[in-house]
Amino acid sequence: MKEKKSLLQHSGVQSVLAAVLCILFGLLIGYLVLLAIHPETAGEAIITIVRNYMNYSAPAKQKMYLGNTLIKTAPLLMCALSINFCYKTGLFNIGAAGQYVVGAGASLYAALAFHLPWYVCILFAILAGGLWGCLVGLLKAYANVNEVISGIMLNWIGLYLVNMLLGTVKESTSNYTLKLRSENPSALIPSMGLNELFMKNKNVTIAIPLAVIFAIAIWVVLNKTKFGYEIRATGFNKEAARYAGMNEKRNIILTLIIGGALAALGASFLYLSGIEEWSVTQSSVPGMGFNGIAATFLGGLDPIGTIFSSYFIQHITSGGSYLDKNIYPSQVADLITSIIIYLCGFVLFFKTTLNGRLERRNKSTGKENEKS
Amino acid sequence: MSEAPYAVEMLHITKRFPGIIANDDITLQLKRGEIHALLGENGAGKSTLMSVLFGLYQAEEGEIRKDGKPVRIMNPNDANDLGIGMVHQHFKLVQCFTVLDNIILGVETTRNGLLQKEEARKKVRALSDKYGLAVDPDAKIEDITVGMQQRTEILKMLYRDNEILIFDEPTAVLTPQEIDELMQIMKNLAHEGKSILFISHKLNEIMAVADRCSVLRRGKYIGTVNIADTNEQELSRMMVGRDVQLVVDKGPAAPADVVFEAKNVSVASKTHGTDAVKNVSFNVRAGEIVCIAGIDGNGQTELVYGITGLEPLKDGSLTLCGKDITKASIRERAGQMSHIPEDRHKHGLVLDYSLEYNMVLQRYYEPEFVRSGFLRRKPIREYANRLIKQFDVRSGQGAVTTARSMSGGNQQKAIIARELDKKHELLVAVQPTRGLDVGAIEYIHKQLVAERDAGKAVLLVSLELEEVMNVSDRILVMYEGEIVGELDPKTTTTEELGLYMAGAKRKEAHE
Repeated sequence: MKEKKSLLQHSGVQSVLAAVLCILFGLLIGYLVLLAIHPETAGEAIITIVRNYMNYSAPAKQKMYLGNTLIKTAPLLMCALSINFCYKTGLFNIGAAGQYVVGAGASLYAALAFHLPWYVCILFAILAGGLWGCLVGLLKAYANVNEVISGIMLNWIGLYLVNMLLGTVKESTSNYTLKLRSENPSALIPSMGLNELFMKNKNVTIAIPLAVIFAIAIWVVLNKTKFGYEIRATGFNKEAARYAGMNEKRNIILTLIIGGALAALGASFLYLSGIEEWSVTQSSVPGMGFNGIAATFLGGLDPIGTIFSSYFIQHITSGGSYLDKNIYPSQVADLITSIIIYLCGFVLFFKTTLNGRLERRNKSTGKENEKS
Repeated sequence: MSEAPYAVEMLHITKRFPGIIANDDITLQLKRGEIHALLGENGAGKSTLMSVLFGLYQAEEGEIRKDGKPVRIMNPNDANDLGIGMVHQHFKLVQCFTVLDNIILGVETTRNGLLQKEEARKKVRALSDKYGLAVDPDAKIEDITVGMQQRTEILKMLYRDNEILIFDEPTAVLTPQEIDELMQIMKNLAHEGKSILFISHKLNEIMAVADRCSVLRRGKYIGTVNIADTNEQELSRMMVGRDVQLVVDKGPAAPADVVFEAKNVSVASKTHGTDAVKNVSFNVRAGEIVCIAGIDGNGQTELVYGITGLEPLKDGSLTLCGKDITKASIRERAGQMSHIPEDRHKHGLVLDYSLEYNMVLQRYYEPEFVRSGFLRRKPIREYANRLIKQFDVRSGQGAVTTARSMSGGNQQKAIIARELDKKHELLVAVQPTRGLDVGAIEYIHKQLVAERDAGKAVLLVSLELEEVMNVSDRILVMYEGEIVGELDPKTTTTEELGLYMAGAKRKEAHE
């Protein structure tokens, strides 16, 4: 009994439990919406979403499309890490979406206009994202502008700037940027044999393991370093951090620069894989940065947990595209996945509820403990 | 006995929290028309017991009786219906409302949706005459003194025809004169048949005003005594479980060189247009405890912020160990200054960090604890364990305990351990004993005197008169941002100090 109690009270176990509950709840609501739209096929449809690449029966195809899901998981994970990192300083980096956009713009422009190799393109992304984060940080630190407001505004500024910039390197016949594979193959992130594992899915690159390495690195920085100690202290209690002589302004700016760089790096991971091109006429900020918010919370605000939550969210998003378009219009697929993702954001609610229940149960079975 | 002699009885109350029994089989019987003191250290279970009575918590075991009949109190509204009222330690008043508005808030009489204040005004007048509660019903809360605010709270209870009045540490924020007035008011109330529960850990006040006193210790009921048959020593022994020295034992001070000097210091106010600290000059020498006394809100907080670097000075200069630190950063000052902050939750601790992380909060960046950017786990643990042992900081799981889960007294001990152990020549201690019990206060006072005897300069900011008189070697009284007097604790009296604090008396402080 005692051991079981301590296991359930362990914060990590609670996070996982809450995340699982969240996912089940999200799937249930998604199912109910499908039921409302077309009851006869709802059960089948929800299974289709959950199966994702498993909808193919050939193992080769399965591997191939698992690769596609992973390619898109990498940028999502980077965006989630960006939000996670900033959240630890007490900043809500909703500007990750815009930092992602400028990262895409900078890396693609470097690749297509200057014909630079991939590692330099990535550097461009880091610089652009860092700058975008830095702007938010400067405004927050010196003018006390709420980071959510400035972040959202910069999202739009970033989107139209990038559309303008990439308009100079687009296909003449479409609204998409030139194909990297034909225009500048050196800008594609190398695969180093990884694509062999996914039936030669040519878009599978080392970006996938790199994103995981970044997640681990962020965990280490947060939990093991002096810088992490400072930014977490600032996030927990700004006043105490100031009292202890920590440089709050510098830490806010630095955190947002790092956050911006992470999100931008994520964008370069996607667009330098060659899986898709940028549409210069898009008039909404890509959802990757926003989905990162859900991934962060579903991952229990822990970089390692975020690896798994990012995969799950991308899994559902990709799975949505397998819905039968004759029954469910493509918007419905997006709607369902959005609902599931949205409910994932409720993980903290589940965790609090779970905790409350445990406490209530313990109250009635609580044993004497010396009070100090 | 057809009529029960008790207004309220709490019988065999047991209330548990995870890992802790906050109230263990506690019985409290309040007679009609008596002043009953509830005495106990911090964390002894006083607040929990009162929360049970007020309906904020439900007890797992035991029974509450009103006039001999069992009742169930599920929320504060139930308590109110039973005529139980409470003056909280922190007043629950709307600042920009008048006294009258605050009193009727929640029980307004209306006609056709319009407020009918005239009847209310009459009732309030009658009540304040009857019990000697002088307040102006039309004054705004933000413009009146803390004492008057408290009277407003008392009137609030009386207006609701409460029969049982709970006072939660009511004297903490008052001047000596106001305390005397409050004592008189409480006696009047009891005389008129109200039953009063008086929560306190100040023994002299209990001796002065209470009829009986119940003592709690570590969640357990120790006993109830008649005040007429007891004395302060016995009460403190019941409360702490051992003999406590009520008077600080210290030899004469041996002041040496000036360690810290403030010259013509002014600090801007955050809330008002005027300066919170106006042209203040003083110094602190090695080997002496200088105490800044005054009623809360007279510029002490801002002065300390200015000294420690949390706020910039508007004017003037600061010198520490011969160096000008007027413009130095917090960290630069911290090299020779330790600071026990006024608000341990706001400044002193990162509550979500473990105890060991809090122990190194001022030193985490030193080579001892960090190597190439990485925190050194082992030295941090060892250092924390040493401080925990040396300063007897108690917690559930030692160094890895989350600071939030520790008791207030032990949180404060942790801060004191951290600040005393780090390198410093000047110790700025702001209300270091606030909210602590007699045992912990005794300990902290000993530490302050030991600091002084070790040749450190100590600047103590305190609102507690007894502390000011007992611990300090020199008293500076602050009133409305200025130092209005310098007193010698050996030759002055509490009354004189009170007059300075209330602004009734002043003389120029000499440098």
